Amino acid sequence: MGVERMTGRILLSRTAESLYWLNRYIDRADSTARLIEMGNRMAMLPGAYSQQEWRSVARASGCLDQFEDPEGITEAAIVRILLLDKDNPSSIRACLENARANAKSARTSLTMAMWDALNDGWRKLELMDVAAVQRDLQGVLDWVKSRTAMIRGSSTSTMLRDDGYLFLGLGGHIERADMTLRLLDVKSYVLLPETEVVGGGRDHHQWTSVLYATSAVRAYNHIYRSDYSPGKIAGFLILNKQFPRSLLFSYSKIVRCLDRLAESHGSRHACNETAEKMQSDLQRLQVGEIFRQGLPEFVAETIGTTQRLGAEISEAYHF
Amino acid sequence: MFDEMSGTGDEIRAPYARVAKWIEDAGVALLQKRSEEAEAIFRRIGITFAVYGEGGDPERLIPFDLIPRVFAAQEWAVLDRGIRQRARALNAFLYDVYHRGEILRAGIVPEKLVYQNAAFVPAMMGVEPPGRVYSHIVGIDIVRTGPTGFQVLEDNCRTPSGVSYMLENREIMMRMFPSLFAGGAVQPVDAYPDHLLKTLREVAPPACNDEPNIVLLTPGSFNSAYYEHSFLADLMGISLVEPRDLFIDNGLVWMRTTHGPQRVDVIYRRIDDDFIDPLAFRPDSLLGVPGLFDVYRAGGVTLCSAPGAGVADDKSIYIYTPDMSRFYLGEKPILDNVPTFRCADSDECAHVLDNIDELVVKEVHGSGGYGMLIGPKATAEECTAYSERIRKNPSEFIAQPTLALSTVPSLGPTGIGARHVDLRPYCLVGRDMRLVPGGLTRVALREGSLVVNSSQGGGVKDTWVLSE
Repeated sequence: MGVERMTGRILLSRTAESLYWLNRYIDRADSTARLIEMGNRMAMLPGAYSQQEWRSVARASGCLDQFEDPEGITEAAIVRILLLDKDNPSSIRACLENARANAKSARTSLTMAMWDALNDGWRKLELMDVAAVQRDLQGVLDWVKSRTAMIRGSSTSTMLRDDGYLFLGLGGHIERADMTLRLLDVKSYVLLPETEVVGGGRDHHQWTSVLYATSAVRAYNHIYRSDYSPGKIAGFLILNKQFPRSLLFSYSKIVRCLDRLAESHGSRHACNETAEKMQSDLQRLQVGEIFRQGLPEFVAETIGTTQRLGAEISEAYHF
Repeated sequence: MFDEMSGTGDEIRAPYARVAKWIEDAGVALLQKRSEEAEAIFRRIGITFAVYGEGGDPERLIPFDLIPRVFAAQEWAVLDRGIRQRARALNAFLYDVYHRGEILRAGIVPEKLVYQNAAFVPAMMGVEPPGRVYSHIVGIDIVRTGPTGFQVLEDNCRTPSGVSYMLENREIMMRMFPSLFAGGAVQPVDAYPDHLLKTLREVAPPACNDEPNIVLLTPGSFNSAYYEHSFLADLMGISLVEPRDLFIDNGLVWMRTTHGPQRVDVIYRRIDDDFIDPLAFRPDSLLGVPGLFDVYRAGGVTLCSAPGAGVADDKSIYIYTPDMSRFYLGEKPILDNVPTFRCADSDECAHVLDNIDELVVKEVHGSGGYGMLIGPKATAEECTAYSERIRKNPSEFIAQPTLALSTVPSLGPTGIGARHVDLRPYCLVGRDMRLVPGGLTRVALREGSLVVNSSQGGGVKDTWVLSE
């Protein structure tokens, strides 16, 4: 095997994989907290939103099949399954534990500040029951968001900008793209142009719920000044260049990470092609075209591409 | 009873003057409060050892006792020479038993104790490890019985653990009590990782003709010492690999990286012999790298420690260690052994059985403080039952008198009390020999207890060697 010897720090494939998943789990915990927050908000509104919204939350998190009564989902069930269930890999507790397990396995690639942030309070949810969480649901969700923000912040401010940092970044941005897509998938039935024609405010709460779930309400208002419409909302979440949870934004970051990895490894792979094509498609697209093509179809296809991208990355970097 | 701070009376011994004044100035209540802070720091940084399957917190702290254990520079000078001498003798013995076996031919060590020893690896016969080093990190457990009395309790030639505590205990003490270290009164220990890296670099295999790629091989993050593995790899800036990260190809060892396979030259392995290579050792092992041992024997990679190094630290070999100094080095041993009776010898066995209530009896292959009998603390029934085990299988046991082990003041929830301690220094052996001034002091936190093992409720202390 005529392999040239590397100088400097070499990243084990297993470590790259751990860093990638570490950040996917962190972002998933964060996104799930925002989803529950949205559901919680909708549940306070008059009308039949409550159960319907908890159902969307369960679907968007990919956990609907774990609920015994998918038609009558309660806040308690959401807390039990999406927050505290250690056996549900998408629950916030499992995400935080899995993130820490991955961090432990890649520990020599993390800074002290990052380990601190990941380690601090990692058993908090293990020690809480449903009633305790329900007494202060918003407080617990705020805690999750601040933990994940702390972990992200500590990596941004202390990590060497080496390959490890790029794999970490890839995990975070792919997870975020994935979550935005899944939310659009669940909500595509309210984001149809027909509702715009028929609607006139009837679906206001439905539309804004999508923005709440991605913590995008204020950002949206800065641009569209409370002018809510399915086209604008879908466009914002898919095509906005500046919003950090939009599909285009996530893909731009993914392309950047993959570019730099290709540079440091001296070779480009299928994953580079896939990500760049997606980015340039998104840059070219108008929301009208997406609606003509059909939002659900567009979302399903993009979910597929994002999954393929994940597989191509692990193939390129041997994990 | 010798207390290292107050001797046998009430006078504070000179090396402890600084510590005694510090305790007096701070007061017990404040120290207890600071002790909780120290625990919080250990917990936050994640300096834990893992205990699975017992319920409760899976990641536990080793209790840290704030009150340091102190050696004067002159005291350490003797220990330093004794430790280095012993590490040289042990490595000379290992080279000998895997080559001509002179010490066996001379009738000093019985052949069967070596060749029938479970830790003896026949496939190591004739192998020439770089620098003729088998045990690169020799952990020598030393107890003290008086002002000048130091005795070796046990040698650890395979993969002695605990050095991360030596380093972290000092870091925490310096962070919490900087004034104690003012003026450079205490010799630093922080060169250890650098020394370790130099040592590993010096034993690169013949097949490596440029800068060696050195890795630390861990069983994985569920291993009880995983924290130490990651800590040392981090401080040395080397890759922390698991067996699945390695593979053998074309007579060399490779690790899987994002850049494709990279050659590995030196493996500091924290995995027992049995689990490094299922083809050479335990075929049922799920750990290990198939083919690793063959590459090692052919000089394609260096394993630290060498397979089979454990034959030198076996408790049945222990009693011959002083003879090794005389035989190989022509030197009188500087550090004595604790007098030891071998139950394999029928006269000595009879003596042990007659005096079992006064002796400490250990299993030859035991470790971690398990499976031993402390005669003076055992009930008559326990002594009888243990005697029965000895009679059935005498060669499996050794016995030692209960020593009047030294004590050091320790901080507990009810105040300060004298507790028994031992010392584990870590001697590094490459082409050169390196030893930082200090080691890990383990302390038996229960009053009167002689067992310092962390698995048995022992704690740790910062260990000082004074500058002058």
